[in-house]
Amino acid sequence: MTQKTALYDQHIQLNARMIPFHGWFMPLHYGSQLQEHHAVRTSTGVFDVSHMTIIDILGPPARQLLRTMLTKDIDQLKHVGKGMYCCMCNTHGGIIDDVIVYQRKPDNYRIISNSATKHRVMSWIQEMNNGFSASIQHRTDLSMIALQGPHTFNILSSILSPAEQDALSTLAPFESFERGDRFFARTGYTGELGVELILPDEEINTFWSLLLNAGVQPCGLGARDTLRLEAGLLLYGQDMDETTSPLESNLSWTIHWTPSERNFIGKSALEAQKEQGIQRTLVGIALKDPVIMRPGQTLYDEHRPIGKITSGSFSPTLNHTIGFARIQKDHLNPIYIDIRNKKYIVDLVHPRFLTSHTKGS
Amino acid sequence: MTKKFTQTHEWAEYNGETLSIGITDHAQSLLGDVVFIELPKVGQSLHAGEAFGVVESVKAAADIYAPMTGIVAAVNNDVVQNTALLNQSPEDKAWLIQLIPSAPSEWDQLLSLDSYLSLFHQE
Repeated sequence: MTQKTALYDQHIQLNARMIPFHGWFMPLHYGSQLQEHHAVRTSTGVFDVSHMTIIDILGPPARQLLRTMLTKDIDQLKHVGKGMYCCMCNTHGGIIDDVIVYQRKPDNYRIISNSATKHRVMSWIQEMNNGFSASIQHRTDLSMIALQGPHTFNILSSILSPAEQDALSTLAPFESFERGDRFFARTGYTGELGVELILPDEEINTFWSLLLNAGVQPCGLGARDTLRLEAGLLLYGQDMDETTSPLESNLSWTIHWTPSERNFIGKSALEAQKEQGIQRTLVGIALKDPVIMRPGQTLYDEHRPIGKITSGSFSPTLNHTIGFARIQKDHLNPIYIDIRNKKYIVDLVHPRFLTSHTKGS
Repeated sequence: MTKKFTQTHEWAEYNGETLSIGITDHAQSLLGDVVFIELPKVGQSLHAGEAFGVVESVKAAADIYAPMTGIVAAVNNDVVQNTALLNQSPEDKAWLIQLIPSAPSEWDQLLSLDSYLSLFHQE
């Protein structure tokens, strides 16, 4: 049964085009996804991201449970509030999900994971927890919004208390703080300066209204996708899944191989992959012709197919199509794509398409 | 002038000589923000039901189909230069092509507004 977030009525009042998305009714756009995209790049936008899964893991066993489950070492979260982005792998080194995990206090961690993997991630954590008996809480009482754009801090300075503003100004990327029942993190999925806020369901509508009254543009899933693609950020289920390894997904950096005594799920499979050599790589693709690349389209060199587009769309900021593709490392150049029976030569580029925009993320 | 419609979400207006053709408001709302458009050249001949162009939005690419048989007499360059016009004024300013029909009786086969609207109450 498709669920509604606590902000559903607001989206309807704003005339959002709603779509079912991994078990949730979410706004695709509120009129024009291109306009919403530009608003995030030039001022501020706000996204309802309450469809994401918030899991609190508590108690003395939490640390070892997370050290076992995650590709990064949770001991690297050296102080309260610090967070990190990494993968959760299966025993074959395939990616179950990409997550952000914060230390709220010693023995108290918060994982944010994707709506697409809710059931898989929850049952995986429960299964892994059998040997540990940490307390696992799926926080369905909380809502989450993402405020993103160069004017984020100006907007918040008109809404937050002086103490909150003060704490916010000291945050480095991936750090969080809490005041009462409000959780703020300097993270985002757009490549812009921004904050993700977690509040109880009962408070989110008031806060959302304050943001809109301050001139923030509500933004939907359409803009979210073009923004994250431009910023070089991956989408689970499209760019990677349980059949792909972090080593062929541009996510090698999310693996902490040391300390060598830490044995995390998938480690031995990933070590074996490294030994044998990785055949495929995830690259950025750009094309200036007036067409749009789409997921699933095949890329070729002059002899053979070499891979497929995993994410493809239009970049409103660059004004041409961009995408990610997983291709054979030993491909020849040039690389072609076939769109509606016409061949185009594509450019291989760095996946962070907007290098000048990725400050602060 | 009366507008008539196709099952594939085109509208057509016939003044007895030329047929103006575009996509409906319903079609543009399904597509979302239009980014690219491919249209035929003046002088090209089209058959009723034949795809004559492509409208590509961020979300998807969709073929545009000729409601009647004829020769392309005009192409709307305003829309080619400014594809947002298709979302803003799909049934007025963003007409796509004008056709000189060679089989005017085909006009009778096109759908009335009511028939067109009743199509998606069933969808």
